[in-house]
Amino acid sequence: MTELSSAPVKPPFWNNPQVRAIIFQAVALLATVAFGLYLFENTQDNLRRLGIASGFGFLSSPAGFDIIQTLIPYSAASSYGQVFWVALLNTLLVSALGIIFATLLGFIIGVARLSKNWLIAKLALAYIETFRNVPLLLQIFFWYFAVLRAAPAPRQSLSLGDTFFLNIRGLYLPAPQFQPGFGWVLATLGVVIVIVVVLTRWARRRQMATGQPFPILSTALALLIGLPLITFWLAGSPLHWQVPELRGFNFQGGLVIIPEMASLLLALSIYTAAFIAEIVRAGIQAVSHGQTEASFSLGLNSGMTLRLIILPQALRVIIPPMTNQYLNLTKNSSLAAAIGYPDLVSSFAGTTLNQTGQAIECIAITMAVYLTISLLISFVMNWYNRRVALVER
Amino acid sequence: MNGLKTLATTAVLLLAAASAAHAGVTLDAIKKNGFIKCGVSDGLPGFSYADEKGNYSGIDVDVCRAIAAAVFGDATKVKFTPLTAKERLTALQSGEIDVLSRNTTWTSSRDSAQGMNFTGITYYDGQGFLVNKKLGVKSAKELDGATVCVQAGTTTELNLSDYFRANKMKLTPISYDKSDESAKSLEAGRCDVLTSDQSQLYAQRIKLAKPDDYIVLPEVISKEPLGPVVRHGDDDWFDIVKWTLFVMVNAEEMGINSKNVEEMKKSTNPDVKRMLGVEGDRGKDFGLANDWMAVVIKQVGNYGEIFDRNVGAGSPLKIERGLNALWNQGGLQYTPPVR
Repeated sequence: MTELSSAPVKPPFWNNPQVRAIIFQAVALLATVAFGLYLFENTQDNLRRLGIASGFGFLSSPAGFDIIQTLIPYSAASSYGQVFWVALLNTLLVSALGIIFATLLGFIIGVARLSKNWLIAKLALAYIETFRNVPLLLQIFFWYFAVLRAAPAPRQSLSLGDTFFLNIRGLYLPAPQFQPGFGWVLATLGVVIVIVVVLTRWARRRQMATGQPFPILSTALALLIGLPLITFWLAGSPLHWQVPELRGFNFQGGLVIIPEMASLLLALSIYTAAFIAEIVRAGIQAVSHGQTEASFSLGLNSGMTLRLIILPQALRVIIPPMTNQYLNLTKNSSLAAAIGYPDLVSSFAGTTLNQTGQAIECIAITMAVYLTISLLISFVMNWYNRRVALVER
Repeated sequence: MNGLKTLATTAVLLLAAASAAHAGVTLDAIKKNGFIKCGVSDGLPGFSYADEKGNYSGIDVDVCRAIAAAVFGDATKVKFTPLTAKERLTALQSGEIDVLSRNTTWTSSRDSAQGMNFTGITYYDGQGFLVNKKLGVKSAKELDGATVCVQAGTTTELNLSDYFRANKMKLTPISYDKSDESAKSLEAGRCDVLTSDQSQLYAQRIKLAKPDDYIVLPEVISKEPLGPVVRHGDDDWFDIVKWTLFVMVNAEEMGINSKNVEEMKKSTNPDVKRMLGVEGDRGKDFGLANDWMAVVIKQVGNYGEIFDRNVGAGSPLKIERGLNALWNQGGLQYTPPVR
């Protein structure tokens, strides 16, 4: 600018917007770092003054308490570090199952909401409005303290063929016990999965090239179930079932789904499904009606229209808000503490924190874990989103 | 990595912000506030229980009132904070409360690594088991395979695991945050047994719909000395809380109670005169009014009175004095003299 002027007047440096921006940023950065340091020092001071031990050494000391549901070996003699893994797996289990159930249920309700059948549409509407407008914690309490408490005592258990039992302590199922030779069945299953993947690709390529469809779904199902079954029979049925039986106070043996887990899972899935249903409806309605008409005029029936024309386009609208719901469900699973389900917040940020007094460490670890889980879900969903996104050619 | 750093600072912020509230000596801060912040149980008849109007009563509550009487000469200057077992220690560490009087067990780790100071023992307790009579169980040794309800984050939870391990029995524990949930689960049959300190078992039993259907098993599996707790690092405040309790026990031993305290001031016994502030400066030594011990006894009562009206013969719990009788009456309550 100044080149034009024969005698350039150099403006003072604080009038230069670039220099000013750098100065402001430097000051902001310094202030943040100083504040962080102050907080850190202050905490260290306080901990020292109060004589509270700090550090992560406590993770290797023995925990000394039992946990009702453990997916990996655990006993009272295990360490607090093991408590962390047990609790984390319990959180992941309920979140993963919740995401699956909520998605299935949400899709069904969302499609039902758009049904031409008046009754089905209104029922879906009633479901959505009821469950998304009642606080989640209340729903958890409802399932836990009202519904599942109505189950009978162990000695009056409801039973199905003397193999499945339902009582107030939970749902007891036979536990699979794998005998040697079961590996062959698993190996067959692995091989079949590879075959199905290859077959699917081939079928798609053939349809693209010739327009000939191939009944891929039924073929894949037949292969997936049939071949492993034949191997299972050939290997001499290497799988036994351990049936739960009533001994002493309660059923022993078998698998048990505890009511704490069941009510948490029910509440999380049903609550989140209501939101997912609305997302699915929005996604479907975002696809212009002309697409449906065009599809019908090409001779596709309504099922194929939904599957081949509407859903692929609707998914582009559905995926991003769906990610939010998955994140919500995972974080909401921390309400488990209210009914005694041993999740991360209950067993680790609760009991472990309390028994060791290491509040800062336990909360920091727990927050970091939830952040990591959430970022992972985001990452996977974003990757999927990019795959279904409109590719501009 | 950035996320991790943000988290770390957030966690740090939690403690730092809280600690700013108790800069300086605890007593000065309390005097400035005009009340004592006292952490109590979230609902345990006899120890800390709020009625429909929100008035607290119980042994633990009376200890807080006595401290307020000592500091302000007015037993009503207390702000009660109901806390669950899981919240209590962090609340004290962070300065949210000045004293924790919440049937808390005195243990070595709480005194050392967790930065607490236990000031004395208000109640000598031990862990027991509450079961439905229908089970036909007569001893805790018969509990192999039982489902047990327990409060999360307590010494009870640890003792329970230890006891079952020591006796080679299989345990299915359910840990609830609140004792009410444990009681509800016992009634519904979700668990066979409820375990807790014996005093709490009696207190929870009267809250059940049919208290007579339940019995407390004879075994006492642990030592649970319960008492008020303060933070490490403020000796003056520690002394005041500690001696408030000692004064009440001493008063019972000397036969001074809330009704006769004015009369006893005329006593010729030098021990009594010293304690009631008629003679000497024993009260002033604490940085409080010289007659604070008399005020505590007058407004709240001696240890025996508190015990009787909250958990003893004068209460629905009707717990025997047992270990909590004075040392010269066959119990363990013995305190240093005022001198």
